[in-house]
Amino acid sequence: MKFSLSWLKAYLDTDASVEQIAATCNAIGLEVEGIEDPAAKLAGFRVARVLTADRHPDADKLQVLTVDAGDGVPLQVVCGAPNARAGLVGVLGLPGAVVPANGMALKKAAVRGVESNGMMCSTRELELGDDHAGIIELPADAPVGTPFADYHGADPVFDLSITPNRPDCMGVYGIARDLAAAGLGTLKPIVAPPVAGDGPCPVTVRTEDPEGCPAFFGRVIRGVRNGPSPQWLQDRLASAGQRPISALVDLTNYLMLGFGRPAHAYDLAKLSGPVLARRARDGETCLALNGKEYVLDAGMTVIADDAGVHDIAGIMGGEHSGCTEATTDVLLEIAYFDPERIAATGRKLNLTSDARARFERGVDPAFLDTGLELLTALIVETCGGVPSEAVRAGSPPAAPRQVAYDPSLAETLGGVAIAPEEQRRILAALGFTTAADGTVTAPGWRPDIDGAPDIVEEVVRIHGLDAVASVPLPRADGVAAPTASPAQKLERRIRRAAAARGLNEAVTWSFLPAAHAEAFADGNGGLWALTNPISEDMKVMRPSLLPGLLSAAQRNVARGASGLRLFEIGRRYLRGAGGRSDERLALGIVLAGERTPRGWSTGKAQPFDAFDAKAEALALLADAGAPVENLQVMGEAGAQFHPGQSGTLRLGPKTVLARFGMIHPATLKAFDIDVPVAAIELFLDAIPGKRGAAAFARVAYAPPALQAITRDFAFLVPLALPAADVVRAVRGSDKANIVAVRVFDDFRGQGVPEGHKSLAIEVTLQPSERSYDDAAIKDITARITAAAGKLGASLRG
Amino acid sequence: MDHEATRRDALDRIAAAQDLEAVEALRVAFLGKQGSISALLKTLGGMSPEQRQSEGPKIHGLREAVTDALAARKAALESAALEARLAAETVDLTLPAAEAPRGSIHPVSQVMDELAEIFADLGFAVATGPEIEDDWHNFTALNMPESHPARAMHDTFYLPDRTDDGRELVLRTHTSPVQIRAMLSQGAPLRIIAPGRVYRSDSDSTHTPMFHQVEGLVIDKGIHLGHLKWTLETFLKAFFERDDIVLRLRPSYFPFTEPSVEVDTGYAWVDGRRVIGGSGDAPGHAWMELLGSGMVNRHVLAAGGLDPDEWQGFAFGVGVDRLAMLKYGMNDLRAFFDGDVRWLRHYGFSALDVPTLSAGVGTPA
Repeated sequence: MKFSLSWLKAYLDTDASVEQIAATCNAIGLEVEGIEDPAAKLAGFRVARVLTADRHPDADKLQVLTVDAGDGVPLQVVCGAPNARAGLVGVLGLPGAVVPANGMALKKAAVRGVESNGMMCSTRELELGDDHAGIIELPADAPVGTPFADYHGADPVFDLSITPNRPDCMGVYGIARDLAAAGLGTLKPIVAPPVAGDGPCPVTVRTEDPEGCPAFFGRVIRGVRNGPSPQWLQDRLASAGQRPISALVDLTNYLMLGFGRPAHAYDLAKLSGPVLARRARDGETCLALNGKEYVLDAGMTVIADDAGVHDIAGIMGGEHSGCTEATTDVLLEIAYFDPERIAATGRKLNLTSDARARFERGVDPAFLDTGLELLTALIVETCGGVPSEAVRAGSPPAAPRQVAYDPSLAETLGGVAIAPEEQRRILAALGFTTAADGTVTAPGWRPDIDGAPDIVEEVVRIHGLDAVASVPLPRADGVAAPTASPAQKLERRIRRAAAARGLNEAVTWSFLPAAHAEAFADGNGGLWALTNPISEDMKVMRPSLLPGLLSAAQRNVARGASGLRLFEIGRRYLRGAGGRSDERLALGIVLAGERTPRGWSTGKAQPFDAFDAKAEALALLADAGAPVENLQVMGEAGAQFHPGQSGTLRLGPKTVLARFGMIHPATLKAFDIDVPVAAIELFLDAIPGKRGAAAFARVAYAPPALQAITRDFAFLVPLALPAADVVRAVRGSDKANIVAVRVFDDFRGQGVPEGHKSLAIEVTLQPSERSYDDAAIKDITARITAAAGKLGASLRG
Repeated sequence: MDHEATRRDALDRIAAAQDLEAVEALRVAFLGKQGSISALLKTLGGMSPEQRQSEGPKIHGLREAVTDALAARKAALESAALEARLAAETVDLTLPAAEAPRGSIHPVSQVMDELAEIFADLGFAVATGPEIEDDWHNFTALNMPESHPARAMHDTFYLPDRTDDGRELVLRTHTSPVQIRAMLSQGAPLRIIAPGRVYRSDSDSTHTPMFHQVEGLVIDKGIHLGHLKWTLETFLKAFFERDDIVLRLRPSYFPFTEPSVEVDTGYAWVDGRRVIGGSGDAPGHAWMELLGSGMVNRHVLAAGGLDPDEWQGFAFGVGVDRLAMLKYGMNDLRAFFDGDVRWLRHYGFSALDVPTLSAGVGTPA
C-alpha cells in the first residue's frame, strides 16, 4: 500500500514528521517497507536565476552563464541547453549534488577550459518528467536560492505492507485512523453530504445471487465529460503507483485507494436492459479490462445485462462497458460481494486485482451509501453531469461483530496491564464501542475481529508492544530432563558417526528430475510428482537419497574433485496407506572416484570399490545399534547397482537394513558421471530399536581364564560358494569352542583346480575349563572339516 | 707363573676382534671347556693350599679381566651394529603421511542440534511430523480455511493424491502443522520445538523452494506475551552467545496466532556482515525481521483438541538456514543445497563439535 504524505494529511491532522509516522506505523503493525522521499533526491538543487548568458569561447553549442543561486555571489556555470538565456529561472545543481537520473555527483570542473560551478538541470535529469529538450523553466517569481525540493513541494511516499486481516488499511483513511488512535494526530471525519438526485435511477438494478452479492447499489450520472484527471488526483494516484487513465476510472480507483472501497463505473451507452448480479453460466466468457478473456462457471458471480457479462463481480470489470474518453453517461456500481465467493473465483481464474484483494478480505458493509455519495460528488465536481437518485438492490450484512471482553485479558494474554479506561479510549479511537457489560462491538471495517484475543491485540498494539515485559517461563526443578526420542538420538549419533568416518554431510532437494527419480523408483508405488513443480528438475519426490547425492557427485566431479565422500540423512517419500505420505528416514552415501590418491608409498590412485561400501554400511549400522553380527549379505540391491558387485544387508531374509555396492555403469551414464562410484543406502527406519528401559551398568566383566588359540584351515571350495556360507558353517560346527572365524585369504589360480578357489580361514578357539589337548583339537578340527565338507569344501593338501 | 703376558695378549686379541663371531671364538679359546684360561683354572685343583692361596686370586683375576673385556667388546660391537642398522633405516619424514579423509556436519544439522540443546534446557522436546501434509493440518486446523487469503500467500506445492478422507496433499509450507499433531497426540501442557524441511514454490536469490524452519510451541495455563518475549530473548542470547540481543516486537498477523507478533532484532554491519546484537536504534545499527510469533489462536487450540478457555500458549517460527547464515556467516542460501564439497568442508563442522551447554552450543570459527 503506497500513498503520499499529503494524501495521508488529507485525512489526518498531524504535525508529525515522516520519521515519526514511519516509526508509529511499525509500532502498531503497519509495517513500513520503504519510504521514498523525493526531497532527499533533490538535496543540493536550488532555484536559481540566469543573470548573463554568453557564447562559450571554444564550443558552439555551449554557453557560459552567470547564475544567481541566492548566495549573493554569481556563479559561473557552463550549459548546453538551447533555452538557457539571461533572465530564466531554473534549477541549479551545486557541487556535491547527485543527479537523480544518472547518479552522477556534480563537482566543480572545467568544461572545455571554462570553469563550471554546477549544472542547470532538465526535468528528466531530476526524474520529474521526460523533457530533456532544455533546462527547467520556472515562473519568473520563483524564489531564487530556495532549495528546489521545498519549492517543488516534494511529497514523501510511504510503502506499507498491509497484513491480510486489515482490509480497512487498504485505504489511506484506515491508516489515518490507526495513526490517530496511536496519538499521532486527529482523524478528520469523512464528509459526504448527500448529492441530490435528479429523478429515479433510469437503470433497473437487481441481485439474483443474494449469496454472492447481497447488495448492489447504483446510480446514473448523465452528461459527464471524461478526460484527464486534475493534477491533485493524478499526483495521489501516482504516489500509490497507479497510472492515471481518465477521470472516471481514476475516481473509482481513488475511492478504493483512499477508503478501501472498490466501485465500478460502466459506460451506460454500452448497457442494455436491467443490470443485475447473477451467477455466471458455465462457459460464459468475459473479456476483462486486462485484455484477457476469462471462461466463467456457475460458481462465479457476475454483473450482467441483457447482452452478457460486464464485470467479473468484485474482481475486474469488462472491456466492453468500461469508461472511455467518449463516455457521457455512467452507471456507478457499489456492491457488497461475499468474500469467500470472490476468493474462490479469483483463485479459479488465477486473476488478482486490487478490488479482489479488498473484497476477499472483507469491505465495510456499512460504507455502501457513503461510498456512493463520495464517488458521485467527486465525479460531478470533476466531470460535471447530473446524477440520478441512488437505486438499492438487496442489503449488505448488518449483524455487527460483538465480543465479550474482560479488560484483564490485556495482562493475562497480552502480558501488559492497561487501565480499563485507556483500553476503552483506544477501542473508541479505532471505532469500537464498549457496552457497560464489557461487550465490545467492532466497526464494520474490521471483519477480522472474532474473539477476545483480537481485542487484546488492538489494545496492546496501540498501547505499545514495547510495554510488554519479559517474564521467565516456569522452570521444572533441577537439571533439565533429557528430551530427545530414540529416533532423534539415532539420527544424531549416526550423523556424527558418518562425519567421524570422513564423510561430508550434504543436504539435497527433496524433489528430483523425473528421470533421476525413475532410476531409483523400484517398489514404492510409482513416482510421486508434484502437481505444480517449480521446474522439471524439482518435480518428483525422492524415493531414495542416492539420486540427489549422485547429482551432487556429478557436479563435484565436474568441478574437478577427484575423491568424494558425501552422505545425507533425510527422508524418502513413498505413497503410504490411506493416501497418506510414508516418509522413511534413510542415510545415503556416495563414494566417488579415488579412495586414495596416488602416493609415494601407495603407488597408483585406488578407486573406491564395493568393499569400501560394505565397510561403511557395516560400521554405521554398528554405530546405529544394529546387530551386525547377525546380518546376512544377500543380493537384490537394485537395478541401479552393478549386479555382481552389490548386495543387501538383511536381518533375516525380509528385513533389509542396507543396500550397498558399485553403481551400475548405465546409472552412472544417466547421471553423467565418469568415475567409479560406490554407494550405500541405510534404511534407518528398519533398524530394530532397543527394548526396555535404559540401564547404565554393563554386564559384569569376566575375561576367560585361559588363553584362546587359533588354528588355520585352507579349504578348496567351488567358485560360486560365498565365503560367508563357509564361515557360518564353520562357526556353527562347535559353538562351545569356536568364538571367531575369519577369512584371511581368497586365492584363485595356480595350484587351485579350475572352478574352485582356496579360502584360508583362521578359527579362534576359546577353552573354558581346561586347556586343549591334542585329542580335543583333533576333535574340533574334525567337526570343522566335516561342516565345511557339507558345502563342498575340502581341506587343501 | 707370570700371567701378565697372558692377560696382555688376551686383552689385545679381544680388542682386535672385529665382529661378534671373533669375540665368541675368543671366548671359547679363553673360557671354553678347552680354553686356555679354563685350563689355568683347572690347575688350581692340583695345588697346595699355600700355592692356591697365592695363585688363585691371580688366575681368577685373569679370568675376570678376560670375561669383562669380552663383554665390553661384545657390547661395543653390538652397539656399533645397531647404530649402523639404524643409520640404514633412516626415512625422510618430510614425506607426507597417509591422509585420513575429514568428514563434516552440514550447518543445518549443526544448528538444529544447537537448537535442540538450548531448548532442552528450557524444557522443550523435539517433535516431528510429515513433510507431505494434508491441507487440514497445514491450513484448516491452523485457522486458514480454504477461502483464506493467507493460503495464497503460502505458494503451496500440491500433490495429485488425496487422502482417503478427501484431504488434499501438499508439501508443508511451514512447520506449524506439527503444533496440531503435538497437541492432538500429547495434549497439554506442552513445550516442543519442531525443526524440519518446509516448502514454498518460490525461487530467487534469497528464496529456495525448500528450506528449514523450527517451530516452537508452549501450551500451559497463564502463558502470555511476556513469556513469549522472554523465551525468544533467552533463546537468541543462548544461540548467538551474546548478552546484548535486543528484540523489537511489532504487531503483525498470522492466522494461527492472536495477537500476532513479528520479532525484529538489532544488528550492525561489521566487515560486510550482519552481526546480531545491540538495539536497532543505536548508531550504526538497524532492525532485521527475524521471526514470526504470537499467542496461539483459540481456533488452533480447539483444532488441537484443547479447551481454549483452559489453555493458552504461544508459538513461533524461524528459519533455520537463516539462523545458520546469521551465526556462521554464509551469504548464499542456494549453496546450502548444492552439495559442493568445498563449501561443505568450509562451512561444515567436525563430528566432535557436539553442541553442549557447558561448552557453549556454538562452534567458534
